[in-house]
Amino acid sequence: MASFKPTKVQVLPKLGEKVTEDTLYWRNYKSPVQMKEFGAVKKIDFSPLPPHNYAVTASTRVHIYGPHSQEPIQSFTRFRDTAYCGTFRGDGKLLVTGSEEGLIRLFDVSGRVALRQFSGHSKAVRVTSFLSDGLRVVSGSDDMTCRVWDIPSGAELKTFTEHTDYVRALAPSKLNPDLFVTGSYDHTVKMFDMRSGSSLMTMQHGYPVECVLLYPSEALLVSTGGRYVKIWDLLKGGQELVSLKNHHKTVTCACLSTVDNKLLTGSLDRHIKVYNSSYKVVHDFDYDTSILSMAIAPHDEVIAVGMTNGVLSVRHRKHKKVNETLTSRRRRGPSYRVFVKGKNFVPRQDDFLVSKPVKEYLQKHDKQLKSFEVSKALDTALQIWGRTNKPEVTVAVIMEINRRGTLKNALAGRDEQSLSKILNFVLKHIFDPRFSQPMIMVGDIIVDLYKEVIPQSPSVERLLQRLMDVLGGETELQHELLQVLGILDTLFASLTPRKEVAALAAPPVDQGSQLQAA
Amino acid sequence: MVEKSDIRVVRCGGSKINLRPSVFSTDSRFVLCASGDSVKVYSTRTEECLHSLQGHTNQVTGITLNPANHLQVYSCSADGTVKLWDFIDGILIKTFIIGYPVFAICVSEKHEGIIFLQLSMATNSKSECLQLVAVHLPKSAEQEVEAKELSAVCSHISSNPSCTALGRGGEFIAFARHLQLNVYFFRKQKTYSFSLQATDKKGAKNAFTCVACHPTDDCIATGHEDGKIRLWRNFNQKKEYTYSTLHWHHNAVNTLCFTPEGTHLLSGGIESVLVQWKYGADNKKELLPRLGGAILHIAASSDGQLFCTSHSDNKLTVIESNFKVCGVIQGLVKGDDVLTDLMIDPRSKALVLNGRPGHLQFYSLLRDKHLYNLDIVQQEYIYEAGLDQFEVVKAVFDIKGSWLATVEERGRKSSDLEFFLKLWAYDEKTQSFVLNTTITAAHTDRIISMCFSSSEETTMLVTTAEDGQFKAWCQGADADTQQDQNFWSCDFVGSYHNLKPTNCSFSADSSLLAVSFQEVITIWSPETWEMLTTLCQPPGEIRDLCFGRLSCSKYLLSTTNRNLCCWNLLTCALEWSTSVEVSKLQPDPLSENVAAFSYQSKHTDLFVFKPSEPRPLFTHKNVCSEKVHRAVFVPQEEPLNNCDESSQWLNRSQLYFLTQNMDLLTFNQATEEDRMLSSSKRLVIDDSVAVTPFYLLLGKHRQQQQNLNTPSYTGADKPQQPQGSATIKELLHTPAHVLPAASVLCSMFVNSLLISKTGVREEMESSEQEMDSEKEEEESEEEMEACDSQQELRAQGSVDEVTPKLSKAQEKELKRVRKTDFSWMAGLIDSKP
Repeated sequence: MASFKPTKVQVLPKLGEKVTEDTLYWRNYKSPVQMKEFGAVKKIDFSPLPPHNYAVTASTRVHIYGPHSQEPIQSFTRFRDTAYCGTFRGDGKLLVTGSEEGLIRLFDVSGRVALRQFSGHSKAVRVTSFLSDGLRVVSGSDDMTCRVWDIPSGAELKTFTEHTDYVRALAPSKLNPDLFVTGSYDHTVKMFDMRSGSSLMTMQHGYPVECVLLYPSEALLVSTGGRYVKIWDLLKGGQELVSLKNHHKTVTCACLSTVDNKLLTGSLDRHIKVYNSSYKVVHDFDYDTSILSMAIAPHDEVIAVGMTNGVLSVRHRKHKKVNETLTSRRRRGPSYRVFVKGKNFVPRQDDFLVSKPVKEYLQKHDKQLKSFEVSKALDTALQIWGRTNKPEVTVAVIMEINRRGTLKNALAGRDEQSLSKILNFVLKHIFDPRFSQPMIMVGDIIVDLYKEVIPQSPSVERLLQRLMDVLGGETELQHELLQVLGILDTLFASLTPRKEVAALAAPPVDQGSQLQAA
Repeated sequence: MVEKSDIRVVRCGGSKINLRPSVFSTDSRFVLCASGDSVKVYSTRTEECLHSLQGHTNQVTGITLNPANHLQVYSCSADGTVKLWDFIDGILIKTFIIGYPVFAICVSEKHEGIIFLQLSMATNSKSECLQLVAVHLPKSAEQEVEAKELSAVCSHISSNPSCTALGRGGEFIAFARHLQLNVYFFRKQKTYSFSLQATDKKGAKNAFTCVACHPTDDCIATGHEDGKIRLWRNFNQKKEYTYSTLHWHHNAVNTLCFTPEGTHLLSGGIESVLVQWKYGADNKKELLPRLGGAILHIAASSDGQLFCTSHSDNKLTVIESNFKVCGVIQGLVKGDDVLTDLMIDPRSKALVLNGRPGHLQFYSLLRDKHLYNLDIVQQEYIYEAGLDQFEVVKAVFDIKGSWLATVEERGRKSSDLEFFLKLWAYDEKTQSFVLNTTITAAHTDRIISMCFSSSEETTMLVTTAEDGQFKAWCQGADADTQQDQNFWSCDFVGSYHNLKPTNCSFSADSSLLAVSFQEVITIWSPETWEMLTTLCQPPGEIRDLCFGRLSCSKYLLSTTNRNLCCWNLLTCALEWSTSVEVSKLQPDPLSENVAAFSYQSKHTDLFVFKPSEPRPLFTHKNVCSEKVHRAVFVPQEEPLNNCDESSQWLNRSQLYFLTQNMDLLTFNQATEEDRMLSSSKRLVIDDSVAVTPFYLLLGKHRQQQQNLNTPSYTGADKPQQPQGSATIKELLHTPAHVLPAASVLCSMFVNSLLISKTGVREEMESSEQEMDSEKEEEESEEEMEACDSQQELRAQGSVDEVTPKLSKAQEKELKRVRKTDFSWMAGLIDSKP
């Protein structure tokens, strides 16, 4: 006599991207806090000192926010025109900003009035930064020059005029106080040395450079511009290591996470992409509008993103403590020793052993299925769904009942309450491709069974109406998708024969450009 | 063309054991059942087949114990004979020739010398109406007797033998047909008939399905198509009969059986639940569910301690009276159709095909024994008529037998098809297959065929489906998820002009994959998944596809419904083709040979050929009258060495095939068969002495002795010929009642066993002198004398050693000691090394 085989619950893999450690890490942020600034947020910079306040440059102001504050704790507002690039010094005490009118201002973080003003640029100063000794300020301007200023004296130390277009990107070396890298709209990235007074190496990015970034080891350099992100190996004399094209609009900003040095890039296409060490995209943040600036706090605690519509979006990292409180609240099951009670008893030599048949444990719905109580089994399965919010068991029971040919019996003769429970279940899961087929079947049978009595119950009628609406919407969507598929097919069909002809006549370079255009 | 060969088509095992109810022997140690054209005797304790009673030339259609002698059994067969057997020894006692095909048999104690048979007297045997005939068995000493005294009891009885039953020790006989129950009283020579209406108000179907009579009471139980059981009483009056109804079954009641004392009624049906009703207390019942397969027959042993149910999946279940299953005798499960191909498990060399619903069965052809069932579907099977449930439709092994791929399917008739592709890994520890991967939506439509790559290193599975695609599956092809490396995932999806693929095959070294798309064969390279070439077939959809092996590996064979084509893959040209309708093409995995079954003008022919030449090595016309769709080459246990060209193909492997009537047939050589027959005969001679514990002890002892004493003994063909056999043989073969009392015989017998080896004896005696044996004193003087001569001879050596002067008492003591039998010690010494 064979024993009853319990219902097999199919565990189907979820469609979509796979869950890896990286995605888990980057998904572990709270939903963003949004703050409205007066204009597009051009620059965000975190203070290197705890509690890691951050300076946000937008319009004619520079605000300093605390890590958890919704309101600025400090603001610098005495700009006549747009301020640019508020950057902290390495000790977090000084802040330097550029401005539209060509002045560079140096602030004490706690004060209001500028300590120094460096004048000399003839056009807007878009990028400013401290050199790593903390005694000099370097700036890049739309007048195509880079200048280095001395803080104590306020004098201009050197001017570099090698760029032939606006200088829009700047990254000082943290290891050597005399080195810094600039990127310009003349498509080049240059590394300058204060000691020699000229550029050491020049790299052709190929597009106007929006942002440059040095890895902490300073062997690798990241430059962004156009749709491309390029990594350069500085130890090999500026050889291009990789060129990434994961965004479909200009990449405006890049930064490195402080844990593991993952590269993050933000773009006008509203996405922030996270790359792993082999430069594959492992995660993707989606934002409402084009991203102009981005910064990440030490230990990846906070990701702050500035956008063109003046919204500053701040994400905080979730902490494990929150999870622990949740688990402790959950009821603990019986302890291990309850289960082994009496099982580990070793009989002595003279003992006569009477073995009892092991009682097989069945789930409640299986017990009901065993005694052919299909309607009750369905109710139990729906209760499981209500308790755990996992549809797999319920769907498995529905499939099993259908296999026995008694799904109609199980669904028939129900009152308003239990019927609406089933309908709710159907509504929730009818579009899950894993479960849609049994759900459609259940819906069909319900409509067949109850079509005469539906008007008696307004709540069931409402649910069926909703079901009809979502199904209508889904069919429309499918229709559109099929149309798109048709369009794509014609496109591909028009491409392939030309390729064969071209292969005979034209050189293969043309083909490549054609494909790209497609 | 081919010389007349001595290769024959032989039926080989796996026959039905559930055709007719089985019979318990009186001591319920054995259960007998009709199995094909023999009767098999199984032990109820060990579930092993003890022997089969062979002699009938057609299907055995009934067995029943001889009421006059409970060690004898009658069997009737469709070949028109009734045979009487001694089933303990397996000896045919008598054959009664009836002359008409017999369909059932029943006997009763009251009718001595008469057996009741169901015959079809009509000239055309297919007519449904059978006659119940009483046959007076002539008493004569001859082996074969013609029984001529036939007297018809009634005509027009149902073809279902369970619709006829003898009642109350043979006072009356009840038989039902359609809607009528007839009871014939032998004494009154009168028939009463009761009829029911076809349907009542509630739409119940009232047709009779089975009848059983109470052994002591005037009560007839009848089963009906709608699941009701009626108990009829007072049926010896035409008008005043009554009946009561029992209802539990929801489908037709297949069988009914009263326990020998008549306290319980057992019933079974398609639900596979054995129901025990308490007689007299209606609706008090016990259930034993999930026995597996619909219950067809129930038999009870004469002491009522054991029941035996026959199931539709060719199984006998032995059940104790407290409703505990104590034994299962499983035959080869044969459904209506074999959906999977016949396969050979490369490890166990067992035949694999789908057996019980949702299972694969492993069947040893060599021992004609069911090995085990592998549960593929792993779902509760609901025994209900007309329910569409999962069924294994495809299965394939890889070349080493470490992987098994199966496809299960449901809802082929309705529109919503569900199917799963499952991959099973062989587990060394449990010695069976363990589920590794389940693929739920492998294709969007039915899977038509699949095959494993044949290389040893990497295993790859290719499936083709009706959605116009073929897919290659690899283990751990998904590089992103490193932790589950040993699961299978899709490696490649291929299609060709949206045509429907029909078959696929790997070449012998797995360097090429051939996939046929309707009329086109495409050749792919599994390394790069490049399509290498296409071969366009003469018109007709391709059915089978197979590569040649060994020296013929450059050939590819394909069959359509009209042609058999052979392609040369080196030149990509058609090598040869013949117009023959091939229903099954089966390559031999161990040689170049390919077997093709062709169906022409209502009979099937077999051709065995090598792909390199279109001339067949062997042809066999008219193998059977049905189409052959399933065939398999089974490796021979030890290669034969036939030099004859026409039988050479049988050297490495044997060809088995399955006809549409689900008969498993094979090709066999006459010489080989003789060899096997003679070996079995020799076995029978050896066993002529009844096997008792005593015999075993003796035989063992004798054998050991022989090995020890006379290693160079070169007897005739029988090595176990006993030395002092005369006495023993006499002792063992003389009837017990003729022999003198055992106490008289004992010492004589023991003496005959004594070993005349003095050296050993001396040591024995010195160590065992103190031993007191009082029994010896009581022995009669005669015996002493009888032994004396021998004793004295032996004693000489020992007497020399002992001091010559002995007191009388001492001498007496010594004498007694000498007389003591130490032969058992000899046994001990013998066994020591």
